[in-house]
Amino acid sequence: MALEEATKVVQGFLYTGKEYVCVMQVHADIPEQTLRDVLREFTGEIYQKPPLRASVKREPRKRLIYKIDVHEIDGRKVLFTCVCQAGTYMRKLCSDIGEVLGCGAHMRELRRTRAGPFSENDTLVSLHQLSAAQSDFEAGDDKALMKIIQPMEVALSALPKVVIRDSAVDAVCHGAELALPGVVQLDSAIERNNFVAIFTMKGEAVALGRALLTSREMLDQERGVAVKVERVIMQRGTYPAMWKH
Amino acid sequence: MSWLQVTTPWVENRELITKVAETANPSYGCRPEDRPIQLRIKYGLINVDKPPGPSSHEVVAWIKQMMRLSHAGHGGTLET
Repeated sequence: MALEEATKVVQGFLYTGKEYVCVMQVHADIPEQTLRDVLREFTGEIYQKPPLRASVKREPRKRLIYKIDVHEIDGRKVLFTCVCQAGTYMRKLCSDIGEVLGCGAHMRELRRTRAGPFSENDTLVSLHQLSAAQSDFEAGDDKALMKIIQPMEVALSALPKVVIRDSAVDAVCHGAELALPGVVQLDSAIERNNFVAIFTMKGEAVALGRALLTSREMLDQERGVAVKVERVIMQRGTYPAMWKH
Repeated sequence: MSWLQVTTPWVENRELITKVAETANPSYGCRPEDRPIQLRIKYGLINVDKPPGPSSHEVVAWIKQMMRLSHAGHGGTLET
């Protein structure tokens, strides 16, 4: 959950991969090996038509399933982990697996164990813990709350980074395109049209944008526009206006 | 805005290449890890283990009220 200004970074990780742990129930007695084989068939590219409750257009679209790990098969129940592209419907996946098996299947239980950089590690908190930390904070002790609140930059850790010099920051905060002279460090594997995150040298998120050059081009060239800014995150004036480097 | 970009999820081996050696000016800005509590809240996220009953929207509303925030949002619901 993003607080205050951090809501601006949400777009930066909505499209990252997800990991789910799922219990699927098949509607007939199927041999274990057949179940495993069919599940393996569903890794790689699949097609899915979003369900009725989806907020996207209901036409079949290609999705990538990066991995399916079967943990346990207990009669008609299959426990597995699925790592997939954002926007993959696990309920639909189970139902489609059922179709291929012939007997049908449905999703019994689901837990999302990872969404981009966020997993069930020690940063995960319950509402109870949050409430306790807030009470402590109001009583003068911010230690628990400090540990619970992550810097918004964590949401962007899955994106390719472009680090800029201080003199370029305020211009980018105003939505200006990022020109090459402003770039001091960059991710090694940027392709044209990649969605990238722009940071200051102190590691603060400045903006999200679209790369107009590849990493190689950004390194080799001295002039030109490197990134087209699409979403400004940092408030204007955080760094002084220095429009000419 | 369609930002759909398929990157292999959470690949850790991206390298950061230095084009120019520059040092940050300590007079402005603040490293995320050094932010004092008020700034942490202003530029922060919470990884919430949402209970199964209420909707994400309700949970966000509770937390906003609990923490007296003027603005907040969630990063996508679990599609069940």
